[in-house]
Amino acid sequence: MTDGKLPLIAKVATTASKTAAALSRAAGRGDGSVIGGWIGLKIDPDLLAHLSSGRAVALVSGTNGKTTTTRFTAAAIGVLGRVATNSYGANMPTGHTSALAKEGHTPFAVLEVDEHYMAQVIEATRPRVVALLNLSRDQLDRAKEVAMMAQMWKTTLGQHPDIRVVANSDDPMVVWSASSSPQVTWFSAGQRWQDDSFVCPESGHPIERSGGDWWCTGCPLRRPKPQWSVEDEGVIDPRGDWHLVKLQLPGRVNIGNAATALAVAAEFGVRPIEALPRLARVTSIAGRYAQVERDGRNIRLLLAKNPASWLEAFDMAEQAPTLLSINARDPDGMDTSWLYDVDFSPLRDGRPVLITGDRAYDLAVRLQVNQVPFRHVQSFDEALASVPPGRLEVIANYTAFQDIRAELDRVN
Amino acid sequence: MSTESLRIVWIYPDLLSTYGDRGNLLILAHRAAARGIPVETYEVRSDQQMPTTADVYLIGGGEDGPQAAAAQRLITDGGLHRAVNQGAAVLAICAGYQLFGHSFFAKGQKCAGLGLLDLYSDRGPTRAVGELRGDIDPRLGLPALTGFENHGGRTHLGPNATPLAKVTAGIGNGDQTEGAWAGKILGTYSHGPALARNPAIADLLLRWSTGADRLAPLDDAWAERLRGERLAAAASPA
Ligand SMILES: [Zn+2]
Repeated sequence: MTDGKLPLIAKVATTASKTAAALSRAAGRGDGSVIGGWIGLKIDPDLLAHLSSGRAVALVSGTNGKTTTTRFTAAAIGVLGRVATNSYGANMPTGHTSALAKEGHTPFAVLEVDEHYMAQVIEATRPRVVALLNLSRDQLDRAKEVAMMAQMWKTTLGQHPDIRVVANSDDPMVVWSASSSPQVTWFSAGQRWQDDSFVCPESGHPIERSGGDWWCTGCPLRRPKPQWSVEDEGVIDPRGDWHLVKLQLPGRVNIGNAATALAVAAEFGVRPIEALPRLARVTSIAGRYAQVERDGRNIRLLLAKNPASWLEAFDMAEQAPTLLSINARDPDGMDTSWLYDVDFSPLRDGRPVLITGDRAYDLAVRLQVNQVPFRHVQSFDEALASVPPGRLEVIANYTAFQDIRAELDRVN
Repeated sequence: MSTESLRIVWIYPDLLSTYGDRGNLLILAHRAAARGIPVETYEVRSDQQMPTTADVYLIGGGEDGPQAAAAQRLITDGGLHRAVNQGAAVLAICAGYQLFGHSFFAKGQKCAGLGLLDLYSDRGPTRAVGELRGDIDPRLGLPALTGFENHGGRTHLGPNATPLAKVTAGIGNGDQTEGAWAGKILGTYSHGPALARNPAIADLLLRWSTGADRLAPLDDAWAERLRGERLAAAASPA
């Protein structure tokens, strides 16, 4: 379908959406990725469905890694033609609507979806493929319980047997969610955080783990054999061929994200050998992993939103001065209890640790108990001034990350 | 303290560890060690037998299913009842607090609790989410309670349990009181790592379990700043 065949109301809404997004950008009020979609949906509530019609759509969801995996997947499917994607992490229907309106007609769309909105976005976009990465605790004060989220996914996928599901065989909650679908491709991207899947969501019995394997002690739920998996610095495809994965993004977790993207792209007919050079060109995503030079300091930005992603950030951070910044504003969740789900002892290696952010005192008490020496600074500038020239690792949760990104002129 | 070292049990981290509950174990152990008290900590999973001779037992928050499973398992096991009868100290948080009562609601059903606190819990009209603050029962001699609550339950105390605090901000039990205490058992809706904001409660548990009248003071400058900030935040609801 071309733009010419959009219903009139959808055309009006699309134009209004693009105009609002442009105005928002011009006014310096962000990247316009939410406001445009919000206005468009006000005019045409079915705008997302109208804009999705005629495109082959892939959705990517999970607690962690969805922004990066979405970027990788869009890059991989780009082998076939133009891809619309919400590359700024605006992952609710307003963001999806903006992304599709902005790109005009494209044969493909790859959309990152907030876990809570999966049912709604599946209804509107009728995706060909849905990728399920992982489920773990996040935003404790208002997020649905992990088990409830898994149940919601399971119900929705059971109602859409035509969708091909690409799912992480290492996460018991994800495997259970996908079990209602008749067509699943399994990938193994590892599960470093296991505290939310000690108990089987099906039977309530303990889950046993050994090596990379897991199984329920009370029912048949167990790890399916993955068709795609990570081995060393590469990915094994369903034919058993190993492909070296060269990335500019750090850490083993990103090789897992790349494996997921390759698995999704393969469902569209893209071969790993075609996709890999495109993955290697991805540098940073909405500031994540960005490296910025400022006053002789090489600053690297790592986003860590929940316990699972803090573990990954510590895995990536070099032994260099490290600034931690914590907020608890609305997008972060108002509850800082999760600080005690994170073991900060990897920072106890002699590196200078600085702390800042709205909730620095919570972090201070946490680090004291964890016996990590630290210094409190009032601002990002004070942090910069108090470390020597060279690498500064910055690890921050969502709004704290955005604050620092703004200090660095909204680095991408 | 029944032995050379202080023994702390964290009850069922595989079921009840949703909100940084490990924090209470870490803080208690840290504050004991800082006073030169040798500490042994035990994380007892739900498929293990509950030790009966530890000095302090900690139980945390969790989702409905695990809460019901934990209560059933603790009733069958019986070890925690024996420990409490022998004078062990307890800190019970949120879902763990509810299951110390006679009954509680989980997954739409009334479930039997341990009956170690004279109270029962049902569902409230709304979910209580936000800063919680209260004046602690003066008999305990502690400064104001500060916490973050996140629960759908309301708790009703019988004559043999005393409110832990009088609510000055937030919901707590739902009737202007918050938590409960009896003997050496403390229960609170101040969820997750409650001791991070309330080091004086940690020290109360340590005094109860060691028999010491007083403990050497620690440098709590950061905890005091945190308390000041959160008590003020609770005073001006967003
Ligand atoms: Zn099972």
